[in-house]
Amino acid sequence: MGDTGATPAAMVEHVSKVFVNRPLLRRSPAKEVRAVDDVSLTVHQGEIFGILGANGSGKSTLIRMLSTLLIPDSGRVEVFGYDVLKQEAQVKRLINRVSVEASFFKKLSPAENLAYALRLYGRSGPAVREETYAVLDRLGVAREKVSEPLEQLSRGMQQKVAIARALLTSPVLLLLDEPTTGLDPRSKLDVQQFVHELRDGHDATILLCTHDMAEAATLCDRVAILEKGRLVALDTVDGLKRQFGAEMGSLDPTLEEIFIHLTGRSLDDDEGDAE
Amino acid sequence: MSHVPRTLPGAGFWWETRASLAFVERNLYLVRRYWHLELAFLIFNVASAMSVLYIGEAQMQASGSSGSRDGQLDLVLFLGIGTVVWAYLRAVFANVGEMVAWERWEGTIEYTMMAPISRLAHMLGVSLFSIIYGLARSALLLGVLSLFFSVDLSKANVAGAGIVLLAGSISFLGFGIMAAVLPLLFPERGEEMTFVISSILLLVSGVYYPISVLPDWMEPLATISPATYVLEGMRAALLDGAPTSALGPSLVPTLILGGWPCRSGLPSSVGASATPSGPGG
Repeated sequence: MGDTGATPAAMVEHVSKVFVNRPLLRRSPAKEVRAVDDVSLTVHQGEIFGILGANGSGKSTLIRMLSTLLIPDSGRVEVFGYDVLKQEAQVKRLINRVSVEASFFKKLSPAENLAYALRLYGRSGPAVREETYAVLDRLGVAREKVSEPLEQLSRGMQQKVAIARALLTSPVLLLLDEPTTGLDPRSKLDVQQFVHELRDGHDATILLCTHDMAEAATLCDRVAILEKGRLVALDTVDGLKRQFGAEMGSLDPTLEEIFIHLTGRSLDDDEGDAE
Repeated sequence: MSHVPRTLPGAGFWWETRASLAFVERNLYLVRRYWHLELAFLIFNVASAMSVLYIGEAQMQASGSSGSRDGQLDLVLFLGIGTVVWAYLRAVFANVGEMVAWERWEGTIEYTMMAPISRLAHMLGVSLFSIIYGLARSALLLGVLSLFFSVDLSKANVAGAGIVLLAGSISFLGFGIMAAVLPLLFPERGEEMTFVISSILLLVSGVYYPISVLPDWMEPLATISPATYVLEGMRAALLDGAPTSALGPSLVPTLILGGWPCRSGLPSSVGASATPSGPGG
C-alpha cells in the first residue's frame, strides 16, 4: 500500500478533456467527445494504482495528461507536486510510460532503440550499454535478439523491450497503459512479476490501466473505475466488494461483477477493439 | 518509503545539447538499416541530375558554345549548381520537415515528446543530422557528376559559394521547422502539406532555369523562397566568380527568410508539443 502521508505521486483534481473534431472543408458540424469528465483522484507514493475502464472510458486520455502529452481543458494535474502544465520539464524527468503498443523504430534493434531512448534521458556510454544488456537479459530477451530488428521479435519480446526502456530511465512514476494486452500467459506473468519488482526494488509508484480484472485484483492496491469519462468508483478491491456487495446481493463479488454492476457492460465486450 | 522523488540529472544547455545527439545517432542507425533505400534514392538522384545536365550539354552543342570560356553561359555548370544545391536543400528540408511525420508513422512520437528534452534540443539534433546527411548526399552526387562532366571552376569563388550554402542551410532549417509543425497541427494532412511546400519551392526557385521565365504571377513566389537567393548567390560565386563582398544581395534575404520561419515555427512547435491524439481509452 502506498505512503499516504507524503506528497502524492499523482494528483488529478476536477480534470476534464473534450476532443473536438472539426472537418477542414466540410460544412458538417464539429463533433465533440468528452473523454474525461470532472475526474479527481490521488495516487500515493509507492502504490500500484489500477484504472479500469472499457474502450473510450477515458483512461488512456488520463494517462496522456499525466505524461504531459495532452493538456487538460480544466482542472489540475500534478506529479509529485509538480504541475504538468507549468512544470512540464520537471514532470518529464520523473515519469515514463509503457503503452499497449511497444512503439519503437521497427527496423532498429532493441539495442539501437534503447540507446536512442536513453540518450534522450542523458544516459549513454559503455556502462549504460552493459546495464541495458543486463536488464534485457533479466527480462528474458536473449542476447542474440538484442541486435536483430525489432520487427523480427514477437509482441511479447517487444513489450519486454518497452518495459526495459521505461525501467532504464528510472522513473519514480511509471504509467502502464495496458502493458499485458495481447501477451501470452507466460509473458503476462513475467510482466506482472516485474511490476511488483519495480515497486518493491526501485521505489517506483505504478499507475496501471488494464482490461484484465484478475491482473488488477492481483496487482493493485487500489482501483478506480472509469465509465464514459467519469469516475464511478475508487477503493481497494476489498473495499469495492464491501461497498457494492450488499447492493449486488453478493457477499464476495468478483471485480468483474462489480465492474459490470457499475458500468452495465463487461470488458470482454470491447476487448480487442482499438483503445 | 522515500518522500523526495529521485530525479535525473538536471537539464541545462550542455545537458540538452548532449541529449540532442540522440537524434543524430538514431538517424544514422536508420540510414544504416535502410541502406538499400538510400542507395536507390542516390541512384535516382544521380540519374535525374545526369539527365538534366545532358540536356544542358546538348543545348550547348547545338548552339556551338563550349562553356563560359567564350563568354557564354556555361549551361552545364548552371544546371549542375541547381541539381546539387537542390539535392542538398531538399535533403535538409525533408529531414527536418519530416521529423514529426516520421515518428508519428513509427509510433514513437509520444515517447519523444514525453522525454525530458526541449523541442529546441529536438530540432537542434534533427537539424545537425540533416546538415550532415545533406552534405554527404550532395558530396556523393557531386563526386559522381564530376566523373561525367568537366566544368571550369578556375574563376569560381568557392569560399563565397560555401558561405551562401551555409546561410541557405539556416534558411531551409527554418522552413523545415515550420513544415515539421504541420503534422502536429493537422494530423491528417500535415505530411501532404510538407510535400506540397517542397514541390512549390522547386518550381519557383529557379533550380533549372532563371526565374525570369516564370509567368508574371508566379515570380513573386520566387522572392519568398530562400532557394532563389541561395541559387543566385551560388551561381554568382561559381559562374561569375563574384567576390564574397558582392554576395550581400543573396545572403541578406536568405538569412531574413531563414530567421522568420525559425521565429514563428519554433514557438508553434513548442505550443504543439502535446500530441493531438484523439480520445482513446
